[in-house]
Amino acid sequence: MTARQQRMLIVILVLIGVGIATTFGLRAFQENLLYYYSPSAVQAGEAPVGRKFRVGGLVVPGTVKRTDGEIDVSFDLTDNAAMVTVEFAGILPDLFREGQGIIAHGKLNQQGVFVAEEVLAKHDENYMPPEVAESLKQTHAGGPSK
Amino acid sequence: MIPELGQFALIIALCLSLVQAFFPLAGAWTGNRTWVRLAWPAVSGQTVFVLLSFGCLVWSFIQNDFSVLYVASNSNSALPFIYRISATWGAHEGSMLLWILILAAWSISVAALSKNLPELFAARVLGVLGLISFGFLLFTLETSNPFARLIPAALDGRDLNPLLQDPGLAIHPPMLYVGYVGFAVAFAFAIAAMLEGKMDTAWARWARPWTTVAWCFLTLGIALGSWWAYYELGWGGWWFWDPVENASFMPWLAGTALIHSLAVTEKRGLFKSWTLLLAITAFSLSLLGTFLVRSGVLVSVHAFATDPERGRFILAFLVTVIGSALGLYAWRAPLLKSEEGFGKVSRETFLLANNILLVIAMLVVLLGTLFPLFMDAIGGGKYSVGPQYFAAVFVIPTLPMVLLMGLGMHSIWRRDNVSRIVKRLRVPMLIAVVLGITLPWMIYGTPSIMTVVAIIAALWVIGSSVFGPVMGLLDKTQKVRITRSQWGMIVAHIGVGIFILGVTVTEAYSVHRDQALRLGDSVDVSGYTVTFESINKKVSGPNYKATQATMAVSRDGKSLMTLYPEKRTYLVQRNPMTEAGIDARLHRDLYLALGDELGDNAWSVRFQYKPLVRFIWLGCIIMALGGLIAVSDKRYRVAVTKTVKDSGQAALAGGKS
Repeated sequence: MTARQQRMLIVILVLIGVGIATTFGLRAFQENLLYYYSPSAVQAGEAPVGRKFRVGGLVVPGTVKRTDGEIDVSFDLTDNAAMVTVEFAGILPDLFREGQGIIAHGKLNQQGVFVAEEVLAKHDENYMPPEVAESLKQTHAGGPSK
Repeated sequence: MIPELGQFALIIALCLSLVQAFFPLAGAWTGNRTWVRLAWPAVSGQTVFVLLSFGCLVWSFIQNDFSVLYVASNSNSALPFIYRISATWGAHEGSMLLWILILAAWSISVAALSKNLPELFAARVLGVLGLISFGFLLFTLETSNPFARLIPAALDGRDLNPLLQDPGLAIHPPMLYVGYVGFAVAFAFAIAAMLEGKMDTAWARWARPWTTVAWCFLTLGIALGSWWAYYELGWGGWWFWDPVENASFMPWLAGTALIHSLAVTEKRGLFKSWTLLLAITAFSLSLLGTFLVRSGVLVSVHAFATDPERGRFILAFLVTVIGSALGLYAWRAPLLKSEEGFGKVSRETFLLANNILLVIAMLVVLLGTLFPLFMDAIGGGKYSVGPQYFAAVFVIPTLPMVLLMGLGMHSIWRRDNVSRIVKRLRVPMLIAVVLGITLPWMIYGTPSIMTVVAIIAALWVIGSSVFGPVMGLLDKTQKVRITRSQWGMIVAHIGVGIFILGVTVTEAYSVHRDQALRLGDSVDVSGYTVTFESINKKVSGPNYKATQATMAVSRDGKSLMTLYPEKRTYLVQRNPMTEAGIDARLHRDLYLALGDELGDNAWSVRFQYKPLVRFIWLGCIIMALGGLIAVSDKRYRVAVTKTVKDSGQAALAGGKS
């Protein structure tokens, strides 16, 4: 192989490598994009079944249920217009509490129950996730909720 | 009185920062020496008044002056003394003041140690620092005055957020800011070079130690934040790819690229405009970090207080700084051409590859961090990017970088060839591959391919780093002197290897279990037996009450230790807080956290076995140590005396040196 051919080969190999890396990177990016849906949007059937997304709202007082001695817990989330039931098997964050605004990551199952992999409550008692604040505002104004 | 004094001092500092910005820059431009000489008094004056102002705020906290709104919102009379001091930078207003104080400290250090710099150049550097200081002072006084009064005064304060009542977090922000703000010095050096239209090896030699010191502090600051998140947020993760973590990580990546590119500029006079661009980028990303954290556009642990007014100000400031810097760059950088070239394979090539890969890594983080903001801004919906994206994609540029690192360290300037380097490094390469495959198998059990590759990479970095010194020891005939600078590089790279080892083993072999545990019951985790012995609901601290569990840990029937995870409720803010029970050893952490009471005498408990997790922070400390060793190299000080000699007594010194 001449020096020139060798150089061409290296350039081609580098280009292929960069191409594969970019494809892989962008795919990972797309797969890990989590869209936010409000409880109203979930109830209206806008949210996908079996794909991971985020849902947020206020924890409805009196809906936090668990069997004595078991780690599994379920509760309802609301944006004051609709409700979605969330199931979670894990330790709830310190600031999880009835009436508090929280965000859950997970998937919707066939029964329309949101199975959470992660439940997030922020580290400030007065903090409201902006998504939740906005869906509450929209419900209040009677606008379309998303 | 004291708060008013503090505010007044801040206003005077604002005026002095204008003096510091205008006269040296204008003086250097017009050649007016009297104006240029105003730089030093302006910097000193500004530092004194900023320090006075900061002191007034600390004093208000110590005195529990709840007539100051900021103190009332972030402190409490029951707060322990040490946290009353650290509460000064516990929220937005005070941390801005801390930022300004640290900038003043950097500025006065530059002024004090710049006696060997050409007078006009030093004046330009201080002028640019003055401009930055002016921007931040104006921002603080306009939108975030920490001395605003609360009338009528509160009886008691609302307390410092319990999460921040921790020694790690008391020193995390100052460390991080010393690093962040330190890049302002590199930035000012870059702007000054462009204003002069001259950038030589001496320039790089001046800029290098400043940049490296800033980088060391940033490294330690990020590591501290990670360590704090690990034990204090209660859930045992060490990095969450949270936007605010990313905000500190992006300047680190750019800064790392910068210190490597500066090496080429110093040694070979190459990569000049690239170095300038990196200096601008590193500081811009520091500003972007401030914007992201403080504007409230992010959903994050750190975004406690949010205010759109502040966001707009910082955004405008950001656009002005980056815009003018890039404008200047477009205009002046073509003047700074590098004359020499370099071979296809050479140390220059390896450092170029390092730079490109680091910048790609930075862009990967930037994309994931800003994409949700961008989509939200254009009304494209509310997205977030999961941590799995970062974890998966970050490896793509960094793995080849780490593999090239060992080769790069042993390559020579100008022209080299791969086969020579590979031949020289056969032994460490072989050792890394053999140990990388066998060790994880023997110690931890079947690894995945990625784990093996990452461990080989880590061992390869460590092996190729120690190769030089080890050969020096073995081969007495060869007199190879290793300079401080080289020692710095070797130590820092060993730190990288240890860090990678820690990350890989922790991520691959951690055992994590959340489960319900009844009083008196035991659970087995990774060979350890944990017994839930008792629970005490009546523990009380200075400003909190706690429920404390007693968990006995044993192995093979032999009792090892007792851990006491707690759930605390702070009396003022009423926030519950998890204090994990951690048994930390160099080779592994046992981590127990107490969750909720589940009824029927059961509690949810998190058990974690985290092998080599300490290596993550240890690696960072070693990296920073390497940076400090490099900075202590004689030549940065030799340069001082030499320039002095050059200017006057060159003839006299000629005989001696």
